[in-house]
Amino acid sequence: MEAVASEKIPFWLNPKIRGIFYQAGVICCFAFLAWYLVSNTLHNLEKQSIATGFSFLNKESAFEVGESLISYSSADTYGRALIVGALNTLKVSFFGILLTLLLGTLVGLSRLSSNWLVSRLAALYTEVMQNIPVLLQLFFWYAVFYEMLPSPRGALNPVNGLFLCNRGVIFAVPEAHAAHKFMLLSLGIALAAAFFLRNWAKKRQATTGKHFPIFWVSAGIIAGLPVMVWLFFGAPMNMDMPALKGFNYKGGATLSPEFIALLLGLVLYTAAFVAEVVRAGVQSVSRGQTEAARSIGLRSGQVLNLVILPQALRVIVPPLTSQMLNLTKNSSLAVAIGFPDFVSVANTTINQTGQSIEGVALIMMVYLMFSLSTSAFMNWYNKKTKLIER
Amino acid sequence: MSEIISNTKLQTLKPPVTNIGVLGWIKANLFNGWFSSILTLLTILLLWNTVPPLFRWAFLNSAWTAGGSVCREIDGACWSVVVNNIRFIIFGFFPYDHQWRPLIAMLILFGLLGFSRNRNFWRRELVYAWMIGLVTMGILMRGGFFGLETVESTSWGGLPLTLLLSVFALALAYPLGVVLALGRQSRLPVIKSLCVVYIELIRGVPLISLLFMGSIIFPLFLPEGVTINTILRALVAMILFTAAYIAEVVRGGLQGMSTGQYEAADSLGLNYYLTMRLIILPQALKIVIPPTVSILISAFKDTSLVVIISLYDLLKSSQTVLSNPEWMGFSREVYIVVAILYFLGCFSMSNFSRKLEKDLDTGY
Repeated sequence: MEAVASEKIPFWLNPKIRGIFYQAGVICCFAFLAWYLVSNTLHNLEKQSIATGFSFLNKESAFEVGESLISYSSADTYGRALIVGALNTLKVSFFGILLTLLLGTLVGLSRLSSNWLVSRLAALYTEVMQNIPVLLQLFFWYAVFYEMLPSPRGALNPVNGLFLCNRGVIFAVPEAHAAHKFMLLSLGIALAAAFFLRNWAKKRQATTGKHFPIFWVSAGIIAGLPVMVWLFFGAPMNMDMPALKGFNYKGGATLSPEFIALLLGLVLYTAAFVAEVVRAGVQSVSRGQTEAARSIGLRSGQVLNLVILPQALRVIVPPLTSQMLNLTKNSSLAVAIGFPDFVSVANTTINQTGQSIEGVALIMMVYLMFSLSTSAFMNWYNKKTKLIER
Repeated sequence: MSEIISNTKLQTLKPPVTNIGVLGWIKANLFNGWFSSILTLLTILLLWNTVPPLFRWAFLNSAWTAGGSVCREIDGACWSVVVNNIRFIIFGFFPYDHQWRPLIAMLILFGLLGFSRNRNFWRRELVYAWMIGLVTMGILMRGGFFGLETVESTSWGGLPLTLLLSVFALALAYPLGVVLALGRQSRLPVIKSLCVVYIELIRGVPLISLLFMGSIIFPLFLPEGVTINTILRALVAMILFTAAYIAEVVRGGLQGMSTGQYEAADSLGLNYYLTMRLIILPQALKIVIPPTVSILISAFKDTSLVVIISLYDLLKSSQTVLSNPEWMGFSREVYIVVAILYFLGCFSMSNFSRKLEKDLDTGY
């Protein structure tokens, strides 16, 4: 025993020294590769006389962007064009996530339904949608929009103030009025009030056991306050009606075919995955939980709210956020059907300025920002809902 | 006590007719309560309004061989856009007289895939068969040997290109992904952080940004005078992308291994390489076969993105048909056929993964 212990280990067999040696090797390889690529790139850029750096962002863009949430014209800078693109990405992602959550939950629950027809249909939907590339789906919806709908002159008009044609969906919106700003403000106040009310009711129930009908009261506040403000301003009812002028519609609001095709494709595709996530989550809660909750006398709404959902959500939320992130990343396919999202605007910028490295780096940075903030949220949520085990 | 015992034969009552057989099934599965009944009726109404018109469009009123001008007269589907252009849709710009070559290459691939489905064939010989098969496919596509005319990769396209991209992207991304996963689990901080940064960076960005990188920036990285073709550049982007996802899946398998396995290997005196090769990876990779197949499915679907950097894969070659004035406006038919092709590929893979999951489930 003693002989073994006193035997000197040669330094090349010492795991610590070996570790340092390996890491030094990796750093050297990495540094060499980086140096090689950078020097090649600099040489090539110099040869093609392309300037590096982000100064091109301040130059005039000289291209139009199809749709924009903020005012933009071709006289604005590349920087502003990119902001317009990023906002469009956010717009598609926001509405896409909302609709996907609705549709996905609906399909997922239908899949679990005891009704054979409904559950088979939901299964068929998820199977078909999951197995067709999303890009193909986008092309399909775009083609359907373009080939099946008539030109603006023969637009379909199913409801007064709503027009469907191959220029998009045009619908009437309330005419701009001073009341709208205050209605939005009151909605914000109502949401905040509902939030505080919920906290107060929770605390009271925990200490005194008294129940408070929080759902109906907050629904009343959130719906009621803006309506009251609207009535206070004399209930402005004027609508901005779209009308055919020349080859296109004037007035109202327009959803472009690109936007609709993108939204439809993304939502239908991602909803299939969300449905699977929801189904797995609900199935992960064992039947005994429902039975136990029933046996202590909870009503079915309470069983769902207090017992099933908190447990199912713990399983559902992590994969759900990654699906939401997938939707956001897939929205970059907009470039294929011509919706001006961030990637599409950046692509145009690259083609015009030749600043390919900066352009691709910008794309990557923007999406990394989205995904890092999502994973920050995920970590926070996981910590909050983690089972505290004894 | 004797009164209880009776010798007369009891009449056996049949269950009510509404609770057994077809009627019973319908009652239990379709009209189980008022909510379910309403749901069933609404669903039937919906199907009644959609399926018959769709059927009429697709089959009764459709044209299968007629030319484009005839197609515009009818109000059904014009499948002839696919029938008349099937060779272009499948093979793209591959020289017409040589299209038997990619066809045979694809048949070899399908044969190999069919063999690989059966777990009894999972032996060393299968690996050799794959290697020989891939080389043969390469020779068939490229030519230049055995009197075959050389076909430059710029004219490869259609389904062979889609399959080529997905097979090679996966075959090369898999080892890279395993290495990255091992690196992420490493105790050496430099290696670990490099792998973490790589994996998170790639998983945070959309594939399209990597494809852009491959097609625009990659040429800048290379020394002067060296160029590589567009297919290879797209392939590199797809490999880099897929590897990060495989790494995460494999990491899940590695984390599923109990420390006892590592300790047992250590106590046998195995070094790191042998521990991984003989003890950890065989078990870890087996657990993660089902999620790996789903990565394979998404890689297969993601090959369609090369359309955006103008490679002529299946989707792009079908779009090219649609830009022909004779066939303009029949996108739905073409896209439906392409969707069916993709669906068949993905569905057979996901079926396989389900079957494997069942086979590999040892119950503990």
